[in-house]
Amino acid sequence: MHEMSIAMAVVCQVEEAARAHGAEGVETVTLSVGELAGVVPDALRFSFSLACEGTVLAGAELVTEHVAGRARCESCGGEWATGVPPRLCCTRCGDSRTRLLSGRELGIATVRWAEGPQRARALEEL
Amino acid sequence: MCRVTDLQQAVMARNDDRAEHLRAELAAGGTATVNLLSSPGSGKTALLEAELALARERGVAVAALTADLATENDARRLARSGVPCKQVLTDGLCHLEADMLAGHLAGWLPGDTRLLFVENVGNLVCPASYDLGESLRVVLASVTEGEDKPLKYPTAFGTAQLVLVTKEDIAEAVGFDRDAFLTHVRQVNPGVEVAFTSARAQLGVGVLLERALAVADGAAAHRPVMDRRTAAHGHAHDDGHRHEHAHGHEHGHRDGPEHEHSHGHAHEHGPDQGLSHPHAPAHVRG
Repeated sequence: MHEMSIAMAVVCQVEEAARAHGAEGVETVTLSVGELAGVVPDALRFSFSLACEGTVLAGAELVTEHVAGRARCESCGGEWATGVPPRLCCTRCGDSRTRLLSGRELGIATVRWAEGPQRARALEEL
Repeated sequence: MCRVTDLQQAVMARNDDRAEHLRAELAAGGTATVNLLSSPGSGKTALLEAELALARERGVAVAALTADLATENDARRLARSGVPCKQVLTDGLCHLEADMLAGHLAGWLPGDTRLLFVENVGNLVCPASYDLGESLRVVLASVTEGEDKPLKYPTAFGTAQLVLVTKEDIAEAVGFDRDAFLTHVRQVNPGVEVAFTSARAQLGVGVLLERALAVADGAAAHRPVMDRRTAAHGHAHDDGHRHEHAHGHEHGHRDGPEHEHSHGHAHEHGPDQGLSHPHAPAHVRG
């Protein structure tokens, strides 16, 4: 369960960005998660909520965007969806000289900043 | 009114950068690192014991760092080979990160080390996501684990630069289907070498040492399709990148203020500290 380590890395990077942008709160963090990234989105969401506590991200929502795995054959030029577990030999000619076009992504795509601390706003709304 | 920032930052960027620096630092000092990944009980320690003994016999300067959630048993076993060994206890953390490894190497790794073997925490999931600055990533699987292991753990097997099958001496008894295993490895990692070993039968012992030495001497290691760097760059234009980035850094402790994890604690086992040693080894904080 390395999702906690990953969640902490996300929080750390968003905190830095918040300082740079003078933001006081975060509404949503959108992550691109490739299907071959080796990360479980549900475990990540759970860890993220814990990792946000006590930071400028407190109360922020995590949105994950699924990125499908795709590969291309260097030999015949064929392209295919890798699936999970991935099929990384060419599905058309069987060649092993292939490359991955997508699927290993694990990145922060966008951050939507809040006007003020998100946790305080949430409490006010209650 | 809300503002949106298009951040586009890789989450693993910090670990990857740290790993790249560590790889360059170690290379500048003449050291290549081997990262060993496997499930618990696959025989990492037994094979490593045999490889370390062989290295010592051949006069190759090697060192080993072994990470576990608890106990110093593995370092005690490895120390019997007479090479410098260090136990890292991760205090429950399921994997090593580049920063943690750098912290544990500082002040411990002998300067003349040619090969550093890192026995990662027994786990095929989490360690697979973390580059440790290794020059060779090795994934082990024993014949008792089933032929579909590469499909169940595609990140680990898919990023391996060498796959070692262990306990080959009992392959027949447990009905290990070698062809099925090879097919599954090829599906997730076309072109990777698979070697069959048995520490008990002394079968294939030396393959790991030879492959590691070749990479340390500048041979290009296998580039897995799933390697994030290959995938990110789109083509394998930088073979050798892992060990040719030498620049003037010394082996140093580069702990920055950005530490997020406890380093756990570490114990050193010198060559003279075998099983019979009555005293607890020196307790060193990483």
